[in-house]
Amino acid sequence: MSTVSLGIEPRLTRHWSDPSVIPLDGYEAAGGYGGLRTALGMTDAAIVEVVKASGLRGRGGAGFPTGMKWGFVPRDTGRPTYVVVNYDESEPGTCNNRELVEREPHRLLEGSIISALAIGCETVFIYIRGEYLWQGMVLQRAIEEAYAKGYAGPDVMGSGTRVDVVLHRGAGAYICGEETALLNSLEGLRGQPRLRPPFPAVEGLYASPTVVNNVETLMNVPDIITRGAEWFRELGTEKSPGSKMVTVSGKVERPGNYEIALGAPFRAVLEELAGGVLDGRAIKAWTPGGSSTPMLTAEHLDTPLDYESVAAAGSMLGTGAIMVMDETDCVVDCATRMVKFYAHESCGKCTPCREGSWWATRVLGRIEEGHGRPEDLPLMSEMGTNILFRAFCALADGTASVINSSLTHFMGEYEEHVRLGRCPLKVEHMPARVAS
Amino acid sequence: MALFEGRTAGEAEAIVARYPAAHRRSAVMPLLYLAQSIEGMVTRDGLREIAELLDITTAEVEAVATFYTMYRLRPTGTHLVNVCTNLACKLRGADEVYRAAHEAAGIEHGAEVSADGLFTVHEEECLGVCDFAPAVQIDFANHDNVTPERMRALIARLRGGEVPAPARGPAVESFRGASRVLAGLMPDGTEVPSA
Repeated sequence: MSTVSLGIEPRLTRHWSDPSVIPLDGYEAAGGYGGLRTALGMTDAAIVEVVKASGLRGRGGAGFPTGMKWGFVPRDTGRPTYVVVNYDESEPGTCNNRELVEREPHRLLEGSIISALAIGCETVFIYIRGEYLWQGMVLQRAIEEAYAKGYAGPDVMGSGTRVDVVLHRGAGAYICGEETALLNSLEGLRGQPRLRPPFPAVEGLYASPTVVNNVETLMNVPDIITRGAEWFRELGTEKSPGSKMVTVSGKVERPGNYEIALGAPFRAVLEELAGGVLDGRAIKAWTPGGSSTPMLTAEHLDTPLDYESVAAAGSMLGTGAIMVMDETDCVVDCATRMVKFYAHESCGKCTPCREGSWWATRVLGRIEEGHGRPEDLPLMSEMGTNILFRAFCALADGTASVINSSLTHFMGEYEEHVRLGRCPLKVEHMPARVAS
Repeated sequence: MALFEGRTAGEAEAIVARYPAAHRRSAVMPLLYLAQSIEGMVTRDGLREIAELLDITTAEVEAVATFYTMYRLRPTGTHLVNVCTNLACKLRGADEVYRAAHEAAGIEHGAEVSADGLFTVHEEECLGVCDFAPAVQIDFANHDNVTPERMRALIARLRGGEVPAPARGPAVESFRGASRVLAGLMPDGTEVPSA
């Protein structure tokens, strides 16, 4: 359950304390599908224009301008166009899309159907990660309700326009959050990424023009249509307008999903929303946007959480998944666990990722277990450098981000492991030869 | 004997019909879930039948089935216990929860199913419940803020034939039942229109 944050008017979370909006009649009573009604009275170009003017940027991690993405879709190819909703939410530490849909499933459908109108699309596919078993049931029920009331289907709100919505469940593969891997998965193939160009906007699902948008991105759209681009820009910064969902997890008093204005300082999010570091301890490290974004330290507490400021601090806003490690946590241990994730999730298509993540896990593991060698530290550094931006897709950059940022900020802790022949923070991990 | 016959043959056809007629292959993932819901795992027969239904090769179906972790190609317990040990959960004690699950389920070293056939325990990557870490899914239904003691208690209740109520959503009775929901079918066997 989120609290609304730091003095802003809640937007995406404004109905979170009101379960009546989960079924369709309650959503309608709260003004739901008003955005779709308005959009049906607009031209497709006008819908794209207002989303462009709002400055809405993709919330899934990359921050690409949404209206511009919609504007790239060619309309004269003679092929159908598709909207694909990326609800694969698998970045470690991220769970705001899960809760957004649990609490207001129709807002996602409304935003998706408006985006379909914007690009002349008749079929929306929602790709939901398999592990979201119940959230899929919630969405399936909402889709059924939307069909029954004519918000989806062959004649959307009597306009004569068809928009079908199909729910497709994934089956446990982080890589399917990468949009081209997601499209392969949806086509019944292994979820491995495709070479770009062609970009999905030109040649995506079934080799047709396709827009792939994140859940949070699309849930902003109904309000942008009804309240306008200027209203949307009242929150956030010039280049990062609007609100953003963040998930705060790890060593904090109140883990949870919170809505903030883009540009809110991390310190306020940590202290006022998440209740500070667990048990009053000191913060050691934190990720601003999931484990794939370089970790930051206590020195970065005053970083404003917007795309530009987090980049200036040396990381990325990513999905807004803030994982907090405190002074008692071992950075090498945490880095080992994070890199193990990439080794597990590597799709195997390219060598730097498939081999690099596996070797990095082994080397990090031996440092943590007290068997590190002095030459392991330059070796790790070299691995990080050779993986970053050299793999087929961005998954491997996550591996490199963990390695590079932990070495940059915590080299002393790595050196201490090698020097002592054990983890300085975990007595129980002490090897027998040292303990005796 | 065919895997998809009678009611499930109709369900398999309805699954294929969710996708554009020229792209039947898109149905491979939900069909794998349907096969898994019938046999408790994906078998050679299941792969073959799906291939026939979609007019692709068994190897192409197997390529998909082996890529994703939620398809089980080996014998699996009645209940699948997934314990997330990724960072957000690890920071709040997930490693001990995972150990407790393994011990309580009574799975021998190197085995994948407990001797009584009831449990498979799986170490999971991020399950998207970082706000209630450590996160556990039993048959893909969520249990929040799990401690080693609660983990042992949950397993004891399952062993006693109970299905503990999850933190959110309805109870799911088994791994097979969950697979059926994942195929896009409601637990009572009625197809929910999705297109």
